[in-house]
Amino acid sequence: MGGLAKEVRLNDSATVVRLTAEHEVIIGLIEEGTRVMDLGCGEGDLLLALKVLKKVRAEGIELSEACIQACVAKGLLNVHHGDLDEGLADYPDKSVDYVISTNTIQVLHRPMILIREMARVGKKCIISFPNFAHWSVRWQLFSQGQMPKTDRLPYEWYETLNIHLTTLVDFRDFCGKAGLRVLREVPLRTSASGQCSVVRFLPNLLADEAIFVVEEAGSAANQ
Amino acid sequence: MQSTIAEAGSVGIVETKHFTFAEPPDEFILECGRPLGPITLAYETYGELNPAKDNAILIVHALSGDAHAAGYHHPADKSPGWWDMMIGPGKAFDTRKYFVICSNVVGGCQGSTGPSSVNPQTGRPYGLSFPMVTVRDWVSTQKVLIDHLGIDQLLSVVGGSTGGMQVLQWAVSYPERVRLAIPIATASKLSAQAIAFNEVGRQAIQADPNWREGDYYGKAVPRRGLAIARMIGHITYLSDRSMHQKFGRKLQDKAAYGYNFLTDFQVESYLRYKGDHFVKRFDANSYLYISKAMDYFDLAQSYGSLSQAFAGVQAKFLVISFSSDWLFPSYQSKEIVSALRRVHAYVIYTEIQTDHGHDAFLLESDQLSSLITNFLSHGRNEAP
Repeated sequence: MGGLAKEVRLNDSATVVRLTAEHEVIIGLIEEGTRVMDLGCGEGDLLLALKVLKKVRAEGIELSEACIQACVAKGLLNVHHGDLDEGLADYPDKSVDYVISTNTIQVLHRPMILIREMARVGKKCIISFPNFAHWSVRWQLFSQGQMPKTDRLPYEWYETLNIHLTTLVDFRDFCGKAGLRVLREVPLRTSASGQCSVVRFLPNLLADEAIFVVEEAGSAANQ
Repeated sequence: MQSTIAEAGSVGIVETKHFTFAEPPDEFILECGRPLGPITLAYETYGELNPAKDNAILIVHALSGDAHAAGYHHPADKSPGWWDMMIGPGKAFDTRKYFVICSNVVGGCQGSTGPSSVNPQTGRPYGLSFPMVTVRDWVSTQKVLIDHLGIDQLLSVVGGSTGGMQVLQWAVSYPERVRLAIPIATASKLSAQAIAFNEVGRQAIQADPNWREGDYYGKAVPRRGLAIARMIGHITYLSDRSMHQKFGRKLQDKAAYGYNFLTDFQVESYLRYKGDHFVKRFDANSYLYISKAMDYFDLAQSYGSLSQAFAGVQAKFLVISFSSDWLFPSYQSKEIVSALRRVHAYVIYTEIQTDHGHDAFLLESDQLSSLITNFLSHGRNEAP
């Protein structure tokens, strides 16, 4: 995992949350008053920002007991202590407007199962992940012959929880195999100062992070 | 002793109150179809009901609990009420903010009408002629008390174990009367294993020659049977690990085995003490009735499914389980959460990591306190 979070004071001026640049992009993708579920919601910063800024009905699932405590302390009253690898069986089809997974799919044991579940439960899914095809990753492996370590992927190979790393190209292929339609791709580059910008040229080489908005293929046709 | 009572965080000296209703001929009709009346409920209150009457929290107790949840009855009392670590100024149920009510259950023996009460029709204790009571009966009689106190909507109903069953029943039976529901270490129905332990406890009582088909009042009480029932219960409240930490194989007041059937191990001594202590404050027939009410509880039964039972709930839920609880294992809390999710209820679920087993809900815990504190304060401010 990884990602650089900074403190942001929301427009109600009372709430301070820690958001990453990708969080801010995701907040921009979500409409007001929708129902949002964040898988691996951590301490609930993104959900709280969405609740305050977009008046969403926020729901989260998180593996860590301490994170659940932090969510409740923030006033997030719909958070569940659970393992994402156990799936989303309790949720009916299309019962949530957006299912979000930030920087999480690469730690799942069975990403295909969960992402398909996300697309079943959510009308749309927003999935972000670190891009393993970023030039610095490629360069480290190529020039030094070593497992890459970057800001996005800061762990030693023997400590990392990232077991299913992917690239923009691979994720696009995956979506086809998983029966998902890609609605939007937002490749992002983070500068040394933590500023984030959208990559338009050679995204699979130059983006260190990507956000995909997907839906179940056929779901639009059915509606 | 005075200084203990005066310490910060205690509600101080409290008094058990009694509320009597359902005087004949307007008896209360129980779930089993039989009438009961008059009914007295013992209850205690801590803190003040605010003018808007929207700060009331009902605490419901477990099998052997009573109305005395916090504070002391007398300055000389050695121990406070059973949930004192959670109730008081500055505690999770902060009596500076909330009006806390704890009610004893019908069928109990701590001031409420139960098998040891005198049947006004015969002038003798009910014994086994006392009608079977259920969790739903406990809740519907508590509701009469809440009406009597002039409270339209409870800010919260909270309880652990059998108390948690009552919380679930409250939210289902009176959806518009509960804003925040906190069922802890509980289940929507007992497992076969839990029923089995209850049954062994009941058999121990009934096998005691002093039990006399429940007609022992004024005579020797079935103390052996009740003590054994309590010993069995205590084993189920702890965990393998907590027993190992607490007692291990340590011997009680001796350096070597006695090679007899007197007390050798500390764990034996502890269980005997717990059993003997319990007999002084609890009625064997009440144990039979209350444990049977637990066995009968099955929230889904009359609705078809648990989700359908929860279909009309309005409360937001905080569901808590404990990792080492094998009497009400976490999967049973997850079933509740799962059903609540299906009906789109607001629900927080967490499993607290602990070695203390089922008993964890009665023990000091920062995690439990802070979850409840935050849930109450945010839940209170949140629009319904």
